[in-house]
Amino acid sequence: MSKQYEMVIGLEVHVELATKTKIFCGCSTAFGGEPNTHTCPVCTGMPGSLPVLNKQVLEYAIAVGLATNCEITRNCKFDRKNYFYPDNPQNYQISQLYLPICRNGHVDIETENGIKSVRIHEIHMEEDAGKLIHDDWYDASLVDYNRSGVPLIEIVSEPDMRSAEEVIAYLETLRNTIQYLGASDCKLNEGSMRADVNLSVREVGSETFGTRTEMKNLNSFHSIMHAIKGESERQIDLLESGESVIQETRRWDDTKECSYAMRSKEDAQDYRYFPDPDLVPISVSDELIESILAKQPEMRLEKKKRYKEEFDIPEYDINIITNSKHLADLFEETVSLGAQPKKVSNWIMGETLKLLKEKEMDPEDISFSASHLADLIKMTDAKEINSTVAKEVFEKIFFEDVDPKAYVEEKGLKTENNEDLLLEVAKRVIEANPQSVTDYKSGKEKAIGFLVGQSMRELKGKADPVAVTEMLKKLMS
Amino acid sequence: MSKLKNEILSMTALELGSAISSKEVSVREAVEASLSQVEAREADIHSFVTLDAENALRRADEVQQKILSGEITSPLAGVPVAIKDNMCTKGLLTTCSSKILGNFVPTYSSTAVERLEKAGAVVIGKTNMDEFAMGSTSETSAFGPTKNPWNTGHVPGGSSGGSAAAVAADECFFALGSDTGGSIRQPASYCGIVGMKPTYGTVSRYGLIAYGSSLDQIGPLSKNVSDCVAVLSEIIAHDEKDSTSVDYDITALKNALDGDVKGMKIGVPRDYFGEGLDPEVASAVKEVAKKLESAGAVVEEFDLSLVDYAIPTYYTIAAAEASSNLERFDGIKYGYRTKEYAGLHDMYKKTRSEGFGPEVKRRIMLGSFVLSSGYYDAYYLKALRVKALIKKAFDDAFAKYDAILGPVAPTTAPRLGDSLSDPIKMYLGDIYTISVNLAGLPGISVPFGVDSKGLPIGVQLIGDCFKDDRIVRLAYAYEQMRGEFPTPKGGIE
Amino acid sequence: MKNIIDDATIEYVGILAKLSLTEEEAEQAKTDMGKMLDYIDKLGELDTSNVEPMSHAFKVQNVFREDVVSNGDDRENILKNAPEEKDGMFVVPKTF
Repeated sequence: MSKQYEMVIGLEVHVELATKTKIFCGCSTAFGGEPNTHTCPVCTGMPGSLPVLNKQVLEYAIAVGLATNCEITRNCKFDRKNYFYPDNPQNYQISQLYLPICRNGHVDIETENGIKSVRIHEIHMEEDAGKLIHDDWYDASLVDYNRSGVPLIEIVSEPDMRSAEEVIAYLETLRNTIQYLGASDCKLNEGSMRADVNLSVREVGSETFGTRTEMKNLNSFHSIMHAIKGESERQIDLLESGESVIQETRRWDDTKECSYAMRSKEDAQDYRYFPDPDLVPISVSDELIESILAKQPEMRLEKKKRYKEEFDIPEYDINIITNSKHLADLFEETVSLGAQPKKVSNWIMGETLKLLKEKEMDPEDISFSASHLADLIKMTDAKEINSTVAKEVFEKIFFEDVDPKAYVEEKGLKTENNEDLLLEVAKRVIEANPQSVTDYKSGKEKAIGFLVGQSMRELKGKADPVAVTEMLKKLMS
Repeated sequence: MSKLKNEILSMTALELGSAISSKEVSVREAVEASLSQVEAREADIHSFVTLDAENALRRADEVQQKILSGEITSPLAGVPVAIKDNMCTKGLLTTCSSKILGNFVPTYSSTAVERLEKAGAVVIGKTNMDEFAMGSTSETSAFGPTKNPWNTGHVPGGSSGGSAAAVAADECFFALGSDTGGSIRQPASYCGIVGMKPTYGTVSRYGLIAYGSSLDQIGPLSKNVSDCVAVLSEIIAHDEKDSTSVDYDITALKNALDGDVKGMKIGVPRDYFGEGLDPEVASAVKEVAKKLESAGAVVEEFDLSLVDYAIPTYYTIAAAEASSNLERFDGIKYGYRTKEYAGLHDMYKKTRSEGFGPEVKRRIMLGSFVLSSGYYDAYYLKALRVKALIKKAFDDAFAKYDAILGPVAPTTAPRLGDSLSDPIKMYLGDIYTISVNLAGLPGISVPFGVDSKGLPIGVQLIGDCFKDDRIVRLAYAYEQMRGEFPTPKGGIE
Repeated sequence: MKNIIDDATIEYVGILAKLSLTEEEAEQAKTDMGKMLDYIDKLGELDTSNVEPMSHAFKVQNVFREDVVSNGDDRENILKNAPEEKDGMFVVPKTF
C-alpha cells in the first residue's frame, strides 16, 4: 500500500430505555415472554388505535442529553418515518427528524493517545420494531410484536472518531453514563444497546471526507471492532484499485465476518418524514429540566473523586469498580452495612471478577445481595470461617445468593476453635509424624507445613490454620 | 300501550328516549321499528354495510332492564343508532366500505361508540360510506352506492352518506359520522337533516379509522338540533387514549337551546357567493340570515379571504396524512391478503392494489408524492403554511363575529354517477366545508327547505374553536322559526 | 397541464406507496396527479415566507401517560384477524 489512509467514523447508537411500559401504550417492556403477549392495538398498528407518549421516555432522553452536554430542544415533536417492513406494524415508525429532543452535545473519551472530545449531533426518541423469526421449515417468516413500541433513544455522533479504539472508548463512555443515569441497562447481548457505524476512509492529511457506508446490525464490541476493520480494508482496497466507494447501507454478518450491501429496488430509502398528527408538540419547561437535574445521580468522575477521599483502596480498584454503576452500587451498599472498604474491594476485584470472566457475564448480570457479602466478610473477620471456606461460600452467594450464616450453619463449616480439640489433634499429629518433628526441630521451618496440613485434614478444614500452626509450634518448642 | 311502528319512527331521538323512559314504548319495540324500516327501505337506499339485528334485539332487552333498574338514565337510553363503518365496533364487522377491510372484526370499540352504548343507545348496524371516507357522494364504497332517500336517482352526499340516508329514511333515530372535509355536514345537507362537526379534539378519535388525522372529527347526524346536542352531550369527553383530545365543558352547549340570539353577530362571507354557487342555495342562505336578523341577531357581509386556497391546501394535507395512515393495510395483521404472490413486496403491492379502490389509490399516490424527497417543502410544508394563513383569516373573522353563515355545498345532491368522472370538480364541491377542518372549527348544517327539484338545501353555521354553543344556539333558534321540516317522499327522478 | 408526470415518477411513487398500477391505471394516475399538482400550484400565489407551518390547528401540548403497565396478555385478540398465523405469530413471506 503506497498511501496512508485514516478512517472517519460516526456512530448511531440505539439504546433501549429502562421504562416499565412502551413508548406509546401501556404494554410491558419486559424482556422475553411468549410471542405477542406484550401487545395491544396500539403497538400492533390496529386500525383506529392512537399513540400517547410515556412521560418517562422524555425524562430519560433529557437526562441522557444533559449528561452528554446537549442543548435540550424546548419545543420538540414527533415525526413519522414511512417505510414498509413487517416488523413495523404501522409501516411507519414514530421518530424525530425535524426537532429532536437533544442537540449539539459532546462526550470526552480516553484512549492510549489521551483525552478527546466526540461531538454528539443529536439524540432523538423513537419506537423499536418487532422481531422477525425466520422459519426455514415453513419457508416463511413469523412476526412477534413484543418489542414493537419499546422506547429507544438514538444517539447520533459527528464523524469524529478515527479508529476502532476510539469507537470502543466512545461506546464505553456512553454506556457507563447511561447506566449511571439508570436510563438503560445497555446490554449489548440483549440488544438494549446497538450501533450503526458510518465509516469512510481518506488519505492522511486530507480535509475532505470520503464516501461513507453505513453498517447495521452490530450488537457486540467484538463485531463492531471486526466490522470496522473489515469495512475500512474493503474501502481501501476499492480506492487502491481505482474504484470508488458507493454510498450504501451494508449489513454486517457476524458469523461470516463480512458485510454485504442491502440494496433492492423496493427499498427506495425515501422515508417521507412529516410531523405525526396523532401526537401533540412537547414543550420542555425550566422546571422539568431542573427536576431532572435534581434527580441526576453522582456520575463516574465525581464518584471516583469521592472514593479516593473516602476509601483507602487502590486507584486501579476504583477505576474498575466505578466503571460499572452496578459494581459501584454493590461496593457502596456492602460498605454501608459495616464491611471494611478494602475487604469489599478485594472480594470484588478478586473472586467476583474471576467468576464473571469464567461465566462470560457482565457486571450488570450480578444478582446477589450486598448484605450477604457483608455478612461473609464479617464472618471471616470474626474468624468464624477460614478463607478457604469463605471462597466456597462466596461461590454459593454469587450464583444462588445464599445467606452465608444459614449456609455455614447448615453445612457445618464453622471454624473449630475449641482449644482442647486443637490440642488433642496436634498431639496426635506430632506423635504420628516423628520424622517431620525432627526435621522441624533441626531447623527445617517448612516441615511444619506438612503437620498443619495433617491437622487441618483431621479437623475437616474447619479450623483457623494460624491457630493450628501456633499450637503445633508451642508443643514442639 | 304499544305504539304503531310509524308513530315510533316519526319521533325524534329525544322524543323516543322520553317515550321509553315513560314506558310508552319498549326498547325492543323501538329497535324492531327501526329494523323493519331498514328491511322496507334498504333495497332502495342501501344505507347499511352491516346490519346487526340479532345483537341489537338482545341489547334492547339488556338496556330495558338497566333502564328499569335505574342504572341507565340518559335521554338517549334505548334509542336505535347507526354507526359509520369507519368506527371500530367490538365484535362487529368494520370495513371502511373497503375490500381491504372486508373481513375485519375489531376486538375493541371506538371511544365514541363505547360512550353511546354506555348511555344505552342501541347500535343496529354500520353505515355505508365513501371508501376510507374519501369522496363526497358515497359512490366510492366497495359495496355499491347509497342513494338519497329524497330521490334515489341522486347521491346522499358523503362520505357519511349511509349515516345521513339512514337518519333521513327513518331507519334509525340518529347516527354517528366523521367529518374530514365536510363528510358530516354535506350529506346532512343533501338529506335534509342536521349534521354537526364539533371542534377538533372534543370527541375522541380513538377507534376511528384515520383518513386525515389532523382533520378527522366524529359528530352526530340527527333529525333536529336538540337531538344533535343530546348526542354531543354523550360523546364529547376527554379521552386519555387520544393525545389530541381536549377537556371541553359542555354546560354552555346544553344551555344553548333557548332561542335567544339577540345581539349575536353573524358574518356572511361575500367570497362565498362566487361562481358555481346555485342561486337557490344562495337565496336560502340569505333567507336564513333574514330570519336570524329578525330574531335580534346582527348580520353583516364581510370578506373572509383565501377561500379559493382551502381546497388545494386540504387535498395536499389530507392526501399526505392518508398515504401514511393507510400504510398499515398490508395484508399481514388483518384484512384482505392477496392469494398469490412472489415474496414480501409483491404481497404488499398486490394486496393493496386489489384491496383499495381507485379514489383511495389516487389519494395515496398524491400523498406519497407530496411527501417524497424533493417535494416535501414545495407541497406539504407550503400547504401547512397556507393552513396557518387560513386559520388566521378565521381568527380575524371571529374577533368580530360569533358565527359565520354560509352554504354547505354549492348545489343540492347531484345525480348518481355525475361526480366521479372529474375528481377536481368533485373536490370543488367541498369549498364551503373544507376550511372548517383545516382550522379545527365547529360547523353545523341545518336544513332550510327544498329546491325546485324537491331536494333538500342546508345552510351552514361555522363557529370559533370551542364556541360550539354559539352555532348551536343560532341553529336551534333558526330551526324553531323555520318550523317542521318535511320528510322525504322518496321516489326516483 | 403544467405538471407532466412521467412513467418513472409513477413507478417510483408506486414503490413508495406499495401500489402496482395496470398500464391503464398508470396513465390515468399520470393525468390525475398532473391535474391535481397544477391545482395545488395555486398555493404558490401566496407569499408564505414569514409563515410558520401549522400542523395542529390549535395549541395542545405536553400530553403524556404515566409509566404504568395497563395492558395484560391480549394475544388471542391481537391475532384474531390475522390472515395467517403460526405459533402465536403473524406469518409473512420470507424476509432476510
